Amino acid sequence: MNRIDKLFNAKNTGILSVYFTAGYPSLDSTTEIITNLARGGADMVEIGVPFSDPLADGPVIQNSSSRALRNGMSLKLLFSQLEGIRKKVDIPLLLMGYLNPVLRFGVENFCRRCAETGIDGVILPDLPPEIYVEQYRTLFRKYNLFNILLISPRTDSERAHFIDSITDGFIYVVSSSSVTGVKPGFTGEQESYFKRTVSLNLSHPLLIGFGISSPETFSEACRYGSGAITGSAFIRMLEKEGCNGSSIIRFVKDFKRKL
Amino acid sequence: MMYKIDKKGFYGEFGGAFIPEMLYPNIRELQSEYLQIIGSDDFREEYYSLLRNYAGRPSPLYYAARLSEHYKTRIFLKREDLNHTGAHKINNTIGQILIARRMGKTRVVAETGAGQHGVAAATVCALAGLKCVVYMGKLDVERQAPNVQRMRMLGAEVIPVMSGNMTLKDATNEAIRDWISNPADTYYMIGSVVGPHPYPDLVTKLQSVISEEIKIQLQEQTGRKNPDSIIACVGGGSNAAGSFYHFLDEKEVKLIAVEAAGKGTETGESAATIAIGSPGIIHGSRTILMQNDDGQITEPYSVSAGLDYPGIGPLFAWLNEKGRVIFENATDKEALDAAFLLMRLEGIIPALESAHALAALGKMTFTENDIVVVIISGRGDKDMEAFVRYAEQNNL
Repeated sequence: MNRIDKLFNAKNTGILSVYFTAGYPSLDSTTEIITNLARGGADMVEIGVPFSDPLADGPVIQNSSSRALRNGMSLKLLFSQLEGIRKKVDIPLLLMGYLNPVLRFGVENFCRRCAETGIDGVILPDLPPEIYVEQYRTLFRKYNLFNILLISPRTDSERAHFIDSITDGFIYVVSSSSVTGVKPGFTGEQESYFKRTVSLNLSHPLLIGFGISSPETFSEACRYGSGAITGSAFIRMLEKEGCNGSSIIRFVKDFKRKL
Repeated sequence: MMYKIDKKGFYGEFGGAFIPEMLYPNIRELQSEYLQIIGSDDFREEYYSLLRNYAGRPSPLYYAARLSEHYKTRIFLKREDLNHTGAHKINNTIGQILIARRMGKTRVVAETGAGQHGVAAATVCALAGLKCVVYMGKLDVERQAPNVQRMRMLGAEVIPVMSGNMTLKDATNEAIRDWISNPADTYYMIGSVVGPHPYPDLVTKLQSVISEEIKIQLQEQTGRKNPDSIIACVGGGSNAAGSFYHFLDEKEVKLIAVEAAGKGTETGESAATIAIGSPGIIHGSRTILMQNDDGQITEPYSVSAGLDYPGIGPLFAWLNEKGRVIFENATDKEALDAAFLLMRLEGIIPALESAHALAALGKMTFTENDIVVVIISGRGDKDMEAFVRYAEQNNL
């Protein structure tokens, strides 16, 4: 069974997924970040594949992406860094990035390398579900690679059900009409969107992302979904404190303290 | 038509809408409404009336006698430089502002490189009384100060973009991010035949007035239905798309698109996407683009800011694959020389972009009886600094 399914079967609340950009703060921090996130109690890790033109990202991840690229990160190098990661951690690992580097790498080659290194799923926000089904799903299935799809506040219920019928593992619930980034808290409008989404009774569990920036917003998000995803807040911490094990572990423990 | 977009928004394998889900409702709304809007009588009436009475269309098709003599052929210039705001860009923005209003939008965002589309967007927003926000790379803000002042004078807010390389590509990303964050009230007014479906088709149709006029004017002036060749410069490709549109199915008409080679296609400082690019995704569209082995989009270079885009409209990726359009390219120097030739022979100062189309005249062979239409997409006022520098360096 895919580790993502295993996680959601075992746990239906308080799941914390942490995003970071591979190659940031330094080229070789990938393994250290993943192992310490797992040690701190993160339930899942999203490894950001840096891209020159990250359309759906706010300033924090834009900056970590361009720094990572300047450091020399590439998909090829990332896969070689991930060799052996499965000897160290057993939590689900996802790659999150944009379609163009994957196309350039070759979609089948990409799927194969994911399978070889132990990547369980991917999130590619600019790969439309229709194109995925038409052109890539067979390949993904062949390598048991999950493709996680997003819904946003303006996704209507018909489309949400359509996305639910295609996504694997879980649904990434984008918390607001915005790009990624740190926000102070949820508005009433967002809460009613979460409630609306829950009431759709979708077949996949929900993870809420975008704007999950504090233990408070995390525990708030956990009231509606199986858990939530934090990215920019973690990258800001890395920016401030650098890549060191104890800060990473503290970050994760602190995030879960309000549960 | 043989080369039109299919129902899913593709030209063959190119085009489509590779956008994050957050943009899906915005794009869907535009996809489902644009054809009906631009096909409606009231839109067409208002659009053509503004083109005529506000923008100054039809733009002349001018027989350039001395240039013809120089190249030993018959050359006609399509004078988009004489439009209001000085380029073909206004054809598109007039159309899109009417669409924005019909969709009930109250705020417009646009990207701009050199500032020509930004000025055209700010102009129509002033005309329609809509709020206008223009994203412009910080480097371009510094390089194109007069256009920044123009936009601000017209009431637009110009936001310098500090991300990425701080040029057109990044300004486009930022305009799209703004649209993601303001989905309900905002209309994204894209400046070229690029971006997610339906923009490439929408902007092509709005610019197709150029070829519509060429057909009529050529008939009036020469008695001929079609020219032998049409030459246009191409960055994203909006003036070329509009100039070729009504000739795409007329096989006997040679269509020539001229890319900016910058310092040369082999130098790494170039914007000739078809010459040196490969398939991929840029700004929500599958097309040919300039990228490295890792799929990171690279920064183009050209003396002409309007051709300085690392992608090309998906229509052109398709026309290239089908062999319907001949792709040429011209270096900075070739374009500058062609611009000075036009100045001295015809008393016209072309935009640096258009000068690339003119440069192709020297690279191709035509017979004496050929009719060659060259699109002068814009005027050269904005390029004075580059012209003056070149003149001083070369004692022109």
